[in-house]
Amino acid sequence: MNKPVAPPAPAERRPTDWQTPAMQRRIRRRYAAERRFRLLGLAAVFLSAAFLLYLLATMIGQGASGFTETRIALPLDLRGRVVVNPARLNGAGADLALAGAGLENAVDAAANAAYPRQGGATLLSDGAWLRVRDAIKRDPALLRTPTTIDVPVASAIDMAYKDDGDAASEAAVAALRPHLSRELNRGFFAGSDATDPTRAGIWGALKGSLLTMIVTLGLAFPIGVLSALYLEEYAPRNRWTDLIEVSINNLAAVPSIIFGLLGLAVFLGTFHMPRSAAVVGGLTLALMTMPVIVIAGRNAITAVPPSIRDAARALGASPIQVVFHHVLPLALPGILTGTIIGMARALGETAPLLMIGMRAFIAAPPGKLTDPATVLPVQIFLWSDEVQKGFVEKTSAAIIVLLVVLLAMNGVAIYLRNRFETRW
Amino acid sequence: MSALALLFLIAALGLIGWIVARARALRFRASPTRRFSSLPQHHGWFVAMWTLLPALVFLGIWHVTAPALVTDAVIASPAAATLPPPGLDRAAILSEARNLANGDAYGAFHPMSETLAPLYAREQSRHDWTATAIALLLAFAGGALAFLRVRPGFSARTQVERVVMGLLLVASLIAILTTIGIIASLLVESARFFQIVPITQFLFGTHWSPQVIDARDPGASLGAVPLFWGTFFIGAIIAMAVAVPLGLMSAIYLTQYARHTTRRWMKPMLEVLAGVPTVVYGYFAALTVAPAVRDLGVALGIRWASSESALAAGVVMGVMIIPFVSSMADDSLSAVPAAMRDGSLAMGATQSETIRRVLVPAALPGVVGGVLLAVSRAIGETMIVVMAASGVASLTLNPFASTTTVTKQIVDLLTGEAEFDSAKTLAAFALGLTLFVITLLLNVVALIVVRRYRESYE
Repeated sequence: MNKPVAPPAPAERRPTDWQTPAMQRRIRRRYAAERRFRLLGLAAVFLSAAFLLYLLATMIGQGASGFTETRIALPLDLRGRVVVNPARLNGAGADLALAGAGLENAVDAAANAAYPRQGGATLLSDGAWLRVRDAIKRDPALLRTPTTIDVPVASAIDMAYKDDGDAASEAAVAALRPHLSRELNRGFFAGSDATDPTRAGIWGALKGSLLTMIVTLGLAFPIGVLSALYLEEYAPRNRWTDLIEVSINNLAAVPSIIFGLLGLAVFLGTFHMPRSAAVVGGLTLALMTMPVIVIAGRNAITAVPPSIRDAARALGASPIQVVFHHVLPLALPGILTGTIIGMARALGETAPLLMIGMRAFIAAPPGKLTDPATVLPVQIFLWSDEVQKGFVEKTSAAIIVLLVVLLAMNGVAIYLRNRFETRW
Repeated sequence: MSALALLFLIAALGLIGWIVARARALRFRASPTRRFSSLPQHHGWFVAMWTLLPALVFLGIWHVTAPALVTDAVIASPAAATLPPPGLDRAAILSEARNLANGDAYGAFHPMSETLAPLYAREQSRHDWTATAIALLLAFAGGALAFLRVRPGFSARTQVERVVMGLLLVASLIAILTTIGIIASLLVESARFFQIVPITQFLFGTHWSPQVIDARDPGASLGAVPLFWGTFFIGAIIAMAVAVPLGLMSAIYLTQYARHTTRRWMKPMLEVLAGVPTVVYGYFAALTVAPAVRDLGVALGIRWASSESALAAGVVMGVMIIPFVSSMADDSLSAVPAAMRDGSLAMGATQSETIRRVLVPAALPGVVGGVLLAVSRAIGETMIVVMAASGVASLTLNPFASTTTVTKQIVDLLTGEAEFDSAKTLAAFALGLTLFVITLLLNVVALIVVRRYRESYE
């Protein structure tokens, strides 16, 4: 009983013989597993990167042609067909005068005369006569001399010239090829939404985005920075500040569509603000962006070392002076970085804006904040729903523009961070 | 006077107040004997503040109340004696008259509104001028009174700082207001919905087809279980099946294996994935991934391979979430104490054995918390499912079949032409409330898990 058990006689200790085939096999197996695991990791990284590259390549491949338009050389003789008093060609009445004089019909007739067998006027884009109109306004002599002018072609011909059309249009293009040319589509950057893909442009949506972002920035930045300062520098620790803190952290994680519901119920339902206006979109996105700015701001403010505050206070600065003269300027690069990232997110946001009615067809750029507007991501969404084939390249081209803007914003944020961030 | 011009005028008064008060303070500070509590600019700000604040507060209140005052004045006038009694007709005539007066409309449906329009215009301009006069008077009086207080012994700084402090507090209260606004608007509209449709029928009903709602029993076609399943299937199963392995392995590779230079290039590249707007992912999913998935389904011999399959939406959503999972995993892996890793390596384990048997188990709570946050993000994601998933609700386990999600249904229900308080639009708010509660719970649980885990290693 309870006799101490003698330790077993120590087996003769020999160093492990790593050279035996069994051991060698085991080591090889372990190293193979190591290599496999490492490859798996590398594959995961490459797969993610490949997806990104594939996405970008698809968009660029489809969208690049959206920046160009096909034009056809149209022999034009307007003598006697379009009679306009030259005095009316200057100033605001010119558009009306030319339209009233039957310019559209004259252009169609010219196309019918020049290309009777390939489709005549159906070859031209709906906006072709507008191009002629602008040319006449620049040079009224066109009304008196026969000339040849390059005008945009209809969407089907445009697609066929870009090797993506239907059989009939391909045949027409084959016959017309010497008369066709490909040019930069300036209208894409100057126009707004249109039912005809050859006339659709992104300027209206870009301007809507710009107005919306101005409202968002104007509200979210000051409010975000001020509340970050309050929470980080002055707030007493009590239940109220806990509540503020919890709600800010939660707001940052609330799905964006919920903010859209809020905007719909409060701004449109209760305050009767205009539907699909940039100001409502801006307000909604500001509520969404504000928590992002607060969180980034608080991180930047905590990073400012306490010694700065102590030094300022020791020299007699009041709490407000400490913060506004010393802490805020030092934290500003970090706050700005967070703000730009938050704004980039808001700029790419679509769902909440759909909720407040920003999905209408809007053919003119908004003039003021309360005008019906659309924004670039929503425009992309609307175009992606269009059945006409010509909108595919427009959608991808608009996506390229959006991605370039977002990348530029993120680039600025990274630059700011690297250039101005101080490591204490 | 236009509102903008008025604002500029008030701002100009404020600027003048600032300059004058500062100049006065500078003058009395010239005496070398005294010590002052405030800088000259504090006096300037004090006067500017008293010039701006009362006038702006008045204008804010006026802006809200003035339309009602104008309408009251119009109704009280003798010309309006023949208006129909209060009701829809009366409101229509008044709003037409207002539009005519503002120049927003060119013709009117009711002849009455044409007679009222000039009256409206007159009343409006009278009220505008009154408001302008009062605002300017307030600005001037406020500024003047404040200016009289600018004396050597007056501590303008405490006054200014008190107001700044108030501003800070108000700014931080806006977050609470937003939260309250969200909860209130969702609750109020949902409550109205649950008066029409019993909450149990909504939460446990298995038939969802809002296109045809039987007016006698609207709840019969508003059972949300298929939506919850679809959301869970796409966001929590398919998307996570893509995002968790890829995100976790990328994080492991980038933190444990990659050289510093590789890491410096690869990490931002992954972050770009997170910066791509969701509408772009949605377009990509609908245009490229969905047809490929359908072809794959057909090639595999699946009969119900839809071009709006759950798989396409889920895979693209998973790719979107990769950087999120990866950065959460990155954080939790680097929070594991180095001693554990070094101990394992010193015992002769290979690097992959260390990672699999020591690092990942130790970091697991953090990773799980991160995955929960990722799930909450995925189920709240809207554009990808709006563009790539179908609108038909079905309870299916087949990833090639079409399913719909809560967010997709919210968008579909609200972007129709429905009235604001039909059962359909109210159902969207009920879905929104459910989504809000679920994401909130996921976030709270995830944060608790992550925090516990952090504490255990600190």
